[in-house]
Amino acid sequence: MTCAQSRERWSSRLGVILAVAGSAVGLGNFLRFPGLAAQYGSGAFMIAYFTSLILLGIPICWVEWTLGRYAGQMGFHSSPGILHAITRHPAGKYIGVLGVIIPVIIYMYYVYVEAWCLGYVVFFLTGKLDLGNDVAAYGEFWARFVGATENGLTFSAGHNQAVLFLMVVFALNFVLIYRGLVRGIELFCKYAMPALVLLGLVILVRVLTLGTPDPSKPEQNVLNGLGYMWNPGNVWEQLRNPQLWLAAAGQIFFSLSVGFGVVITYASYLSRKNDIVLSGLTSAAANEFCEVALGGLITVPAAYVFLGAAGIVGQGTFSLGFKVLPLVFSKMPLPWLFGALFFLLLFLAAVTSSLSMLQPGIAFLEEGLGLTRRQSVALLGLLTALGCTFVVYFSKDLKALDTLDFWVGTVCIFLMATVLVILFGWVLGLERGWEEAHYGAEMRIPAFFKPIIKYVSPLYLLGVFALFVLFNVLGFDPQTGQFKPTSYVRDLVGRDADPVARLSVLLIGIVVCFFLVLIATAGRRWDKAAPKARNQN
Amino acid sequence: MTLGGWIIMGLSVGLVTALFAWCLYRVLVRKPPVEKLHGIEDIDTQDTEPE
Repeated sequence: MTCAQSRERWSSRLGVILAVAGSAVGLGNFLRFPGLAAQYGSGAFMIAYFTSLILLGIPICWVEWTLGRYAGQMGFHSSPGILHAITRHPAGKYIGVLGVIIPVIIYMYYVYVEAWCLGYVVFFLTGKLDLGNDVAAYGEFWARFVGATENGLTFSAGHNQAVLFLMVVFALNFVLIYRGLVRGIELFCKYAMPALVLLGLVILVRVLTLGTPDPSKPEQNVLNGLGYMWNPGNVWEQLRNPQLWLAAAGQIFFSLSVGFGVVITYASYLSRKNDIVLSGLTSAAANEFCEVALGGLITVPAAYVFLGAAGIVGQGTFSLGFKVLPLVFSKMPLPWLFGALFFLLLFLAAVTSSLSMLQPGIAFLEEGLGLTRRQSVALLGLLTALGCTFVVYFSKDLKALDTLDFWVGTVCIFLMATVLVILFGWVLGLERGWEEAHYGAEMRIPAFFKPIIKYVSPLYLLGVFALFVLFNVLGFDPQTGQFKPTSYVRDLVGRDADPVARLSVLLIGIVVCFFLVLIATAGRRWDKAAPKARNQN
Repeated sequence: MTLGGWIIMGLSVGLVTALFAWCLYRVLVRKPPVEKLHGIEDIDTQDTEPE
């Protein structure tokens, strides 16, 4: 044991599996995945999706579980501590800053979206979402509710419902995280995850038994809705589209929560005899079940049945979730019930994810600065409350949220996952890592994953990242061969720069600097404690 | 819904559901085999008289 004060451990194997699965299952499973599959043609998309699952998702998942449990035995639970312990290099802990700032900054905006879900549960139950048959009415309602029309709108009198819901979910998250690993996260996930699956199954049965709700539009029926989602197009032609591979790999990546700094922290609270091979696979399988079997059969077919293809095409995650689906549920029998149940499902998925985003920060403050849980919860609460206020205030077009999501929720995650997979295969050493992964394991990882982890995953990851930069940052157009930087770049440099986007990047910089200073302090504590720990051993 | 659609949907949903069910079975139902450690009492030295 080094400096870590926490000797917390998960109380059961199922508890940690549900906690990791809860971290992975989020809004993307029910809103983003179905939209992408329908957009790119399910046949080709699913081939790219399952390829990415085998080459990226599951291997990196095992890597994170192994590195986390390995460093946890040395008393480290945060990414800076874990990288400090494994690399034994002064720079290691500073690279680990990614594993703290990613979940902390994502939490700043994710908890706001979580508040929308809770708000929509209440709105459905109270009949406030009975807005007629025009999707524009639902769009306007959502824009006013979240403040997308004007900066600071949600802080003004009469428009602050979103802030009230935010305060409720913010408090819920911090009460649970304060209660600790077992009495907070594990206890909540033990009830929330089965409830989430049950809710998903109830809504799935409702959607699959909708038949043809409007006899005047016989083509809008459940079978055609499923067909719109699952019918393959020209698979071989579609597979040649690099954007499809980018979308599929990105979905696997973000859906499984790999590279967030969360799984590695959760795994560090396992004892060495705990199985991680089967547990890691089970948590990934739970996420895939929620995404493909529930998300893939609910969202798009339901929207198609009531709105047809025109109602789905080109809808983003928020648009599908908060404009289209409320309209869809309002047309179903018992709209208040099924609408509330669906948004309750999203809310539970969001809470189990946001809880996991707080633990890496808490773990770092406890083990790096020697703070008590109460102190670390208070400090992290203050920091995330300030960041969250920034996101909520600069709500026009959700610019702050979108900018933070792009640079931290996408770019930094690629970087962190690349660091972890290289750490496992090349720094810790594949053979040593392989042996460590199998300690206490009930099943063996098939041997073909060895070259995948060492060579294929890092190359695949770098290839996907290169495609991401090419298309989503530099704005390469394969048809014309021209580069036109995307709005995320134009918002920061040039004549059209957006002040809110610039402030958002400044916020990222401030948070990074803040944690780098703390990591330097933590490093001195860890270096001082190391000889003592060696003497004790 | 075309035949191709049924096949893609069946394979995708079936695969993830089967994997999830198999994992849950392994975690919840099938207990890991207890490791047998051979102690002194397990060694038959063939030099004791039956009582």
